[in-house]
Order: sequence, then structure tokens, then C-alpha cells
Amino acid sequence: MTENISSILYLVSSVCFIMALRGLSSPETSRQGNVFGIAGMVVAIGTTLALPSVLSYEVIIAGIVIGGAIGSFIAWKIEMTALPQLVAAFHSLVGLAACFVAAAAYYRPEAYGIGEFLAIHTSSLIEMALGLAIGAVTFTGSIIAFGKLQGLITGSPLVFKGQHPLNALLGVGLVGLMVWVVRDQTEIGFWAILVLSLLIGVLIILPIGGADMPVVISMLNSYSGWAACGIGFTLGNSLLIVTGALVGSSGAILSYIMCKGMNRSFFSVILGGFGGESAGGAPRTQGDKSIKTGSAEDAAFIMENAASVIIVPGYGMAVAQAQHALREMCDILKSRGVTVRYAIHPVAGRMPGHMNVLLAEANVPYEQVLELDEINRDFNQTDVAFVIGANDVTNPAAKTDPTSPIYGMPILDVENARTVLFIKRSMASGYAGVDNELFFRDNTMMLFSDAKKMCEEVVKALK
Amino acid sequence: MNAEQLLDHAKQLATEAERLAGESVRVAQKAAQSATGSSDITQSAGVDPFIFGLTVLVLACFVGYYVVWRVTPALHSPLMSVTNAISSVIIVGALIAAGPAETNFSQIMGFCAVVLASVNIFGGFIVTQRMLSMFKKKR
Repeated sequence: MTENISSILYLVSSVCFIMALRGLSSPETSRQGNVFGIAGMVVAIGTTLALPSVLSYEVIIAGIVIGGAIGSFIAWKIEMTALPQLVAAFHSLVGLAACFVAAAAYYRPEAYGIGEFLAIHTSSLIEMALGLAIGAVTFTGSIIAFGKLQGLITGSPLVFKGQHPLNALLGVGLVGLMVWVVRDQTEIGFWAILVLSLLIGVLIILPIGGADMPVVISMLNSYSGWAACGIGFTLGNSLLIVTGALVGSSGAILSYIMCKGMNRSFFSVILGGFGGESAGGAPRTQGDKSIKTGSAEDAAFIMENAASVIIVPGYGMAVAQAQHALREMCDILKSRGVTVRYAIHPVAGRMPGHMNVLLAEANVPYEQVLELDEINRDFNQTDVAFVIGANDVTNPAAKTDPTSPIYGMPILDVENARTVLFIKRSMASGYAGVDNELFFRDNTMMLFSDAKKMCEEVVKALK
Repeated sequence: MNAEQLLDHAKQLATEAERLAGESVRVAQKAAQSATGSSDITQSAGVDPFIFGLTVLVLACFVGYYVVWRVTPALHSPLMSVTNAISSVIIVGALIAAGPAETNFSQIMGFCAVVLASVNIFGGFIVTQRMLSMFKKKR
């Protein structure tokens, strides 16, 4: 196969990947988009296998079969609640693969036509060093993120004195190493870049708290793209550059959306320390105010006699595995002529769009699931807001209390509904460590129970 | 920002994207013309591959920007898993490394990268498919 033909096939593959992302603009076209993505990958792999320099088919096919079997098995088995961990784990693999490719290219540059061992073209070496560094940061960073999401590492931020100066020092050291490697082609320098980048990956993710995980996971998504991009430059392969840029910009946009959803600047997330014990700006003076509690029967009665209900689910719903019981409850309400809709906050889950997937899995039709901007004005014409497993995203302090750590965060205006039903296990505060004054409002009824148990009891009461 | 403003904004972005697309096609045509022209006349040194790569990168970032903003928020999770799957296109580099018939350090590195990227490709596309199959219209 001539170089021209393979380049054109790589172009076809790039276009397929663009179409794959394009398809996600609506649920109807999304499955077609995924088919485009798969087709693009098949073309890319097929084209590469047909290159004259690729000969060891047994080894390669063995590799693809082993990897494919592991990947397929995991993907079929995974619970949708564990999706964020899975994506973090997958990101780490891309990062590690980028490191391996960079190492392979460093020791046998002639295979890629970028010079000879210890005499690699300068520009290729710069790109290779960047690809290696980003890949390594993605690798260890994603492993730490995986550990935090899986609960293997504490979700609260790990901060220590001198952390930022240390990170800055390591960053400067990394740049110095790159200059050294590019100037002197040293082998030790190459491995030093790897080790230092692995360390940096650990250090930048450790101090970030659990509440900021949606940002972190999008950010690592972006990094994995830039790693592919760096390798693409080294190999002079435009397919890798295009794909890397698509993935990189996608991750960056998602990080931006998540930051906006929490009213946090990107840099304050990176610097870390949010969501720990120390965060708690609002003074807790509400201890003696009274709250109104209710039972499942009360909740059933109120909702049955309502014209419209808006469900506000949060991650607590997913933890309690309440989505199926919740959907059953809503089905009964709908059959009684109640309008039921769902309101999703941008950071309702542990990753962008996570809550939508969990509701879709429970067979909730996606037309009834609305975003914050679409539904927020409807709360004052709504009879009941049913808050299940959410807390901080409904806290009016975000609008009224400038001292609150969540001040300025866009929230769902549930307090405008005629009645607010709040399912909660206890009076404990939410992720951000802030009290919610909503609990003490006259139109709020607290339902103290496990989310799943409460939904099941409401279903029983409705029948 | 209310829905109408959002819609207006989206429309503006769409027209802007269209204009950019048209412009990039024209630029590409011009580049193609000048490229064929120059190769006909002399065998002068072409553009540095880095500049070529940079051109591709910048254009791809623009495409990525406009395409990703059009993704509906409900599908942000599938977006992450599918971008994760396609970033494994790095397997292209791995295959070239694993390609030679003789076994050496680079080939072993290549093989490891092929395995890792395959986990990602299969895992990423399957989990995306699983998610998307849940977003079907209910009768």
C-alpha cells in the first residue's frame, strides 16, 4: 500500500470519528454515531496492518484478542453506577499506552522515519518528550482518580504543607529534563521524564476532593487526548493529531461545563482542597429551628393530589440504588394523571451526564428528563418537588449567602414549588459540608429514610 | 441565560461554524493548488512536517469545539466513553512498533501498547453502545 492511499484511509477514519461525536447531538442519531466510531477504528487498524513494515501478525492479533477479551468482559459486566471509575481506569490505559509507544519510538526511531537511536530529529524528540510526559501524568492521575471514585483512597483532599511549591518545583524540573533530553539525546533523561511525570500525576490529583471528581475525570479525558496528539506529532500521523485534538477539546469543554455547574474556577479545582473537613463557611446556627417530618403515606397523599411533580435526583439516589423504585412510583403517579418530570443538575452525578444514564437505565423516557436551564422556571408552577439523594444543588444559600462555600453555584429552585419533599437519611450536611436552610422552611417536609425504602413505601401507599 | 438567548447564541455559533468550514475548504483548495504548483516547478523544500501537523491540530480543535458544544448534555457520559475509545487510536503507533518480525525491546513495548489500547477500544465502544441503547424512545 502506498503512503498516499494509507493517508487517505487515515483521513476517512478521522472523518468517521468526527461523525461519531456529531451523532451524539441527539439520542436518535447517537447509535449511528457509535457505528461510525467503530468503523473509523476498523479502518485505522486495517490500514496500519497493511503497511509494508508491519509483518508480525501473530503477535499483533494475539495482543488485540487478549486486550479485546478483557475490555469486552469488563464493559459488559460493569454496573452503570460504577461508570466514572471505569472511565477513569480506561483513561489510565490510554496514558500508559502512550508511554509505551513513546518508549518504542525512542529505541527504534527508524521504524517511524524520525532518525536513529540517540540521533532523533530535534522536533520529533520534543514532541515525543511531551507525549511521554502527558501520557505518564494521565496514567498515574487516572489511577488516583479511580482509587478515589472506587473508595480505595479517601475522597477528602490530601493536602500537606509546601504542596504547591513542590509541584511547581517538579514542573520546572520536568521542563529542564526535556531541554536536557532534546539537547543531549540522553537515555537517562528520557526515563527521568517518565518517572517525574508519573510522580506529578499522583501529586496533582491527590489534593482534589471527591466533590470535584466530575471536573477531574473530564480533565483526564482531555489529557488522554493531548497525549495521543503528542504521539501523533512524533509519528507525523495526522489521524492521531485529529483524534487527539477532538478528544482533548471535548474533555476541556466538559471540564468547563462542570466547573460552571459548581461555580468554581478551573484553577481552584486544580489547586485542590475543596470539600474537606475544613470547608464550612456558613455558621451553623440553625440547630434550634424546627423541621416538619412526614411518613411515606403523607408523601403519597400529597403527590397523588398534585397536578405536577418534579423529581430532583442526586447521587445519593444512585448509591441507594433507588432509581427503579423511583420510576415505579412515577409510573403510578402518571397513571393517576399527575405530570411527572425530572430535573437534572449539571453536577448531579460523579461524571458529566451520569444521572441521565442512570435514569435511562431505569427506563425513564429521556423526554421527561430536563436540564437545569430548561426546567428551573417551572418550579413556581409546580405542586411538589421531590428531592431524592440531592442536597447541595438545591441549597438556597448558593444565592443568598455570600459567605457560603457554594455561593454563586447555579441551583435548582425547588423552594419555589408549593411543597418540597426531601428524602434524607439524617440531618447530616451535603458533600460541600454546608447546612441547607431549605430543611427548615414551612413548605418543606422531611422524609427521613433510605431513598430506596422510602420509594418502595410510597409505592405501597399509592396502591 | 434563558432558552431564547441560548437558542440565538446557538444559531450564531452554527452560522459561524458554517462560515469557518467554508473558509477552511477554500484555504485547503488554495493550499492544494499552491502545493501542486510548487511541486511542478521545483523540488523546493516543502513545509516543515511540524507546521503541517500544527495546521491539522488547529483546524481539528475548531471542529472539536463546534461539534462537542452541539452534544446534548444528556449524552455527556457516552461522549466521555466514546472519546475514550477513539483516543485509543494511539494503537496505530503501537502496531508500527509491534510490526517488525524480530523481537526486541521496542517490539515488546509495542505489544504491551497494543494490548492496552485494545482493552480500551473494545471496552469503550461496548460500554458506549450499552449506554446509548438505554436512550431509546419509549412507546
